Amino acid sequence: MVEVSEVSEVSRWASRCALRERLRPYRVLLASRARAQMQYRASFVTDILGTVGVGLAEFAEVWVIFHNVTVLGGLDFTAALLVFALSNIAFALADMFVGHLDQLPRYIRAGQVDAFYVRPLPLLAQLMTSDLSLRRVGRLSVALVALVVALSTAHIAWSAATVGLVALTVLSGTAIFSALFTAAGGLQFFLVDGAELTNSFTYGGSYAAQQSQQVFPGPLRIFWTFVVPTAFVAYIPAVAILDLPDSLAPYWLAWCTPLAALLAWVVAGLCWRLGTRHYQGAGG
Amino acid sequence: MRTFWLLVRAGFRRHSTYRLALLAGMTTNSVFGFIRASVLLAALASAGSSIGGYDAPTAVAFVWWGQALLGTVNLWGFAEVKDRVRTGDIAVDFLRPVNPQLTYLASDLGRAGINFIGRGVPAFLLGALLFDMAWPPSAASWAAGAVSVVLAVTVAFSGNFVINLLAFWLVEIRGISLLWMITGGLLCGLYLPVPWFPDWLRTVATWSPFPSMLQNPIDILAGRVVGTDIVSAVAVQVFWAVVLLAVGQVVLRAGRRRLEVQGG
Repeated sequence: MVEVSEVSEVSRWASRCALRERLRPYRVLLASRARAQMQYRASFVTDILGTVGVGLAEFAEVWVIFHNVTVLGGLDFTAALLVFALSNIAFALADMFVGHLDQLPRYIRAGQVDAFYVRPLPLLAQLMTSDLSLRRVGRLSVALVALVVALSTAHIAWSAATVGLVALTVLSGTAIFSALFTAAGGLQFFLVDGAELTNSFTYGGSYAAQQSQQVFPGPLRIFWTFVVPTAFVAYIPAVAILDLPDSLAPYWLAWCTPLAALLAWVVAGLCWRLGTRHYQGAGG
Repeated sequence: MRTFWLLVRAGFRRHSTYRLALLAGMTTNSVFGFIRASVLLAALASAGSSIGGYDAPTAVAFVWWGQALLGTVNLWGFAEVKDRVRTGDIAVDFLRPVNPQLTYLASDLGRAGINFIGRGVPAFLLGALLFDMAWPPSAASWAAGAVSVVLAVTVAFSGNFVINLLAFWLVEIRGISLLWMITGGLLCGLYLPVPWFPDWLRTVATWSPFPSMLQNPIDILAGRVVGTDIVSAVAVQVFWAVVLLAVGQVVLRAGRRRLEVQGG
C-alpha cells in the first residue's frame, strides 16, 4: 500500500512538473510583454492616466443621473455604485487579459495569424498571451475604489457567504466577459471588415451590465440574461448582496454566476472552433 | 470650390466601399441606443416629470439622434494626419496646390455623408419604429438641423486636426488625444444630455467646443431648442468652427516652419 501511494505521489509530482513546464512559455511571454510596456515610462504613465480617465467618465455618467433622480431602476446611488463597480472590475480584468483579441482582424489582414499557426502553441493561447494590457489597471483601480466605497456605505449583513459571493462574482464576471471577447474573436474570422459588429455584445454587454436590469423592458432583460448573460456579472449578485427585492432576480440565482460563465464559455469555444475551421490562411 | 466638392465625393466613395463595416456600425449603434433609451426612460419615470427640458419622447429622440450622429461626427478622432506628420508624408500634402486642412476637411465631410446615410439613418429609423419619439417640430427645425449637423462635423474635425498637428512638437500625442476624447465624450452630450449636468459641469461644458459637436444638432432635431434659440445654437457652432479652423491654420503654418524631413 505504501508503495502504491508513493508511486501516485511521484506521478502527481511529475505531472505537476509537466504542467509547469507546459505553462512556462506563457509565463515567459507574459513577463516579456509586461516588461516591454514599462520600458517607455512616460508613455506607460499617460496610458494608465488615460484609462483612469475612462473609468472616471463612466462613473460620471452614473453620478450625473443620480444628480437628477434618487432611485434608478429600483437602485439607490449606493446600489448602483456596487453594480457599476462589479461590472467594471470584471470588464477591466477581462479586457486586460483577453481584450486584445479585438486586434484579430488586423492580424488576419496582415497575415500574422499564419505566423502564429507556425509556432508550437495553441492559437488561442498565443493570442491571449500576445499582449497583457497593463494600462487597464487604471480603469480597474477606479472600479476597485467604487467597490470599497459601495460595500462600506451600504448596509450589508456581512457573513462568510457574502464575502464568498463577492469573490465568486468577480471571478465569474471576468470569465463571462472573457468568453464574450473570445466568441467575438471567433466571429472575426467571418467578419473581418465588419469587426465592429461584435462590439455590440462585448462593449454593449459591458454597458448593459453596469445598469440596473430593471430599466430594461422584458425582451431586452431576457436578452441580457439568457442570450448574452451580462446580468449575471453585476446586477443579480448585487441584488443578493444588498438584499433588495426583485422577483425576477431571486437570491439563489446569484450563486448561478459560474453556471452562466460556463455556458458562455461553451458558446465561446464553439465560436472559436467555427472561426478557426473557417480560416483558410492569408495566402501568398 | 470645385476641387473641394470633388474631394468630398472622393471621401464619400472611399468609405462607402466597406458596406459590411457600415452594417456592423449600425448594429452596434442600435444596441447602445436600446440600452441608453432604457436608462433615460427609467430615469424620467423615476423623476416623475421631465428633467432639464426633456420628456420621454424628446429623451428618446436625444438618444437615437445621438446614435445616428455618432458615426457621422468623428468624435473619437483620427490618427491619419498625426501619422503623416511623424513619417514626414505631410510634406507631400504641403506640396499640393490645395490647403492640407481643407483637403482633410473635405474628405471628412464625405466620410460623414456616407456614414450618415449608411449607418445613422437606418439606426435612427429603427429607433423611431420601436419607440415613441419626438420628431423635428417644423420645417425650420429640419433645415437648421441639417446645417447644424454639417457644422458639428466641421467643429469635431477642426478640433481633432489641431490635436493631430501637435505631433509636430511632440513625439507621441496618444495621451493628449485620449484626454481630448474622454473630455469630449463626456461634455458633448453623448452619454447624457448637457442640461442634466450639475451647474458647475454644465458651465464648463457650455464654454467648451464639445456641445457644438453633438448636443446642439440633437437639440434642434429633437425639438428641445426651438424658435430664436435655434439661431443662437447654430451661431455658437459657427463661432467654434471658425475659431478652431483658424487655430488649425496657425498651427499648421507654425508646424510647416518646424518640419524637417530627412533623406530625399
